Amino acid sequence: MSHSSMWGSISGIIRRDLLLAMRRWSDAAMSLFFLVIVVSLFPLGVGPEPAVLRTIAPGVLWVAALLTCLLSLARVFTPDYLDGVLEQMVLVPQPLSLLVLGKVLAHWVISGFPVVLLSPLLGLQFGLEGEALGVLVLSLLLGTPTLSMIGAIGAALVLGVRGSGLLVALLVLPLYVPVLIFGAGAVTSSVAGIGGEANLSLLGACLVLSLFLAPWATAAALRIALE
Amino acid sequence: MIWSKYSAPQVFYPLAGRLIPWFAAVAVLLMIVGLYMGFFVAPTDFQQGESYRIIFVHVPAAWMSMFLYVVMAIWAGVGMGLNARLSFMMAQAIAPTGAMFTFLALLTGAMWGKPTWGAWWVWDARLTSELILLFQYAGVMLLRTSIDDARRADRSSAVFALVGVVNVPIIYYSVQWWNTLHQGASVSMATGSKMAATMLMAMLIMTIAFWLYSIAVILARVRCVMVERESLPTWDEKPAAMSEAVEAR
Amino acid sequence: MQWGSASEFFAMGGYGLYVWTSFIATALCMIWEVLALWRRRVAARAEQRAALLGGTDETAA
Repeated sequence: MSHSSMWGSISGIIRRDLLLAMRRWSDAAMSLFFLVIVVSLFPLGVGPEPAVLRTIAPGVLWVAALLTCLLSLARVFTPDYLDGVLEQMVLVPQPLSLLVLGKVLAHWVISGFPVVLLSPLLGLQFGLEGEALGVLVLSLLLGTPTLSMIGAIGAALVLGVRGSGLLVALLVLPLYVPVLIFGAGAVTSSVAGIGGEANLSLLGACLVLSLFLAPWATAAALRIALE
Repeated sequence: MIWSKYSAPQVFYPLAGRLIPWFAAVAVLLMIVGLYMGFFVAPTDFQQGESYRIIFVHVPAAWMSMFLYVVMAIWAGVGMGLNARLSFMMAQAIAPTGAMFTFLALLTGAMWGKPTWGAWWVWDARLTSELILLFQYAGVMLLRTSIDDARRADRSSAVFALVGVVNVPIIYYSVQWWNTLHQGASVSMATGSKMAATMLMAMLIMTIAFWLYSIAVILARVRCVMVERESLPTWDEKPAAMSEAVEAR
Repeated sequence: MQWGSASEFFAMGGYGLYVWTSFIATALCMIWEVLALWRRRVAARAEQRAALLGGTDETAA
């Protein structure tokens, strides 16, 4: 297959999914509200001490981002599964893993990228500033696509299974641990003045690894689910 | 090919049945030898005192938990590659025993950590990866039980088991890395003292005993799975008793 | 042999609680697993037998 048609099929999927998401924009908005509410609960629970908040900020913000991504996973494949589009996707000549890549990228644009955009505001709530705020944004920019990639595997595995909402959390959260460690670690070391470069490059490595492996595993899981 | 010969259910089922007592007997024997060596031959550790004797169950359990996950993933991979039902059944049979050893590794690790480190739990790389391993075992088993169709259950849990194999080493190294960042939590599992030869011997014997125990239990479980899945197996080891029961009616 | 008496053995140099909890928990888990498997096997075979007998019943009728 030529390079241009490969890109064409991916961008076609992305355009279609973005258009569909635009029509149901309230879904995406709800996950963002969830993120803001969860993050705002922590200072209320822990207390307003700025030093404490600054210490817990990287972990809290990253865990909240993880949960937000988790909540939106059901939207990656379920609508297409229910109306039969997914079965057509398995049959088209383009490799399924490429179409999956397109769908996951669209999912990231809808639910991951807004988290990145919102994160400086949330960081300010916790007294992060300057370089740490920049590292937070950068770590989420590198980490949230990986979350979407890994999450898609789980979403495909539980497609149409009873109790899939809770099950996907149990499957995916353990797989999110490395991203959480590196992501929160980048911000923590930046706050501590060590600089987050090492953690950020490890996050990048996770992203590359997941870009290569996850679409393939997701495609396998989808084929199994649709058999 | 030998593999295809023994993988036929009607051959494998009775063969496994004949092997189980041997594995079980040797496992029990080695456990008795290992416990004797661990409690009566191995000397007291000059740093940790008697509490170190926990490692005679802790280390074998931890090794088995990791090893069984890899073996489970290999069977899952073979099942995916060759479309072999027996491979999936082996993967299914391994998961509960692996999860049990992971749980035991965590429990005995806490029992060892409290007197040694003064805390039931520390976020050390090994403990953390064991914890995540337990979650992954749970994920494999829950995914299987949530899917009614046996074929899909086999394959979906196989995919998850294989993805998990990539995850555990990454977690191990990431936590190690993370601990160098959080200086306070950096604790080393190394005892500092050189292990006496008898200590090492007792630990190895217990490990082999746990390994043989696992084989026996897993073979027994895979036989259960085979009976449960095939509605009417013709390869039961006592066909005579069966036909008598039928005759009697 | 480093133990002077049985009570010294059970005390494990003051670490008895930790040591014996570990070993007893391991033993209990293993015994439980074997018993659970035994019961599972009995149940599976009973079901198999019932299916077999039920099957012949149908063909006889």
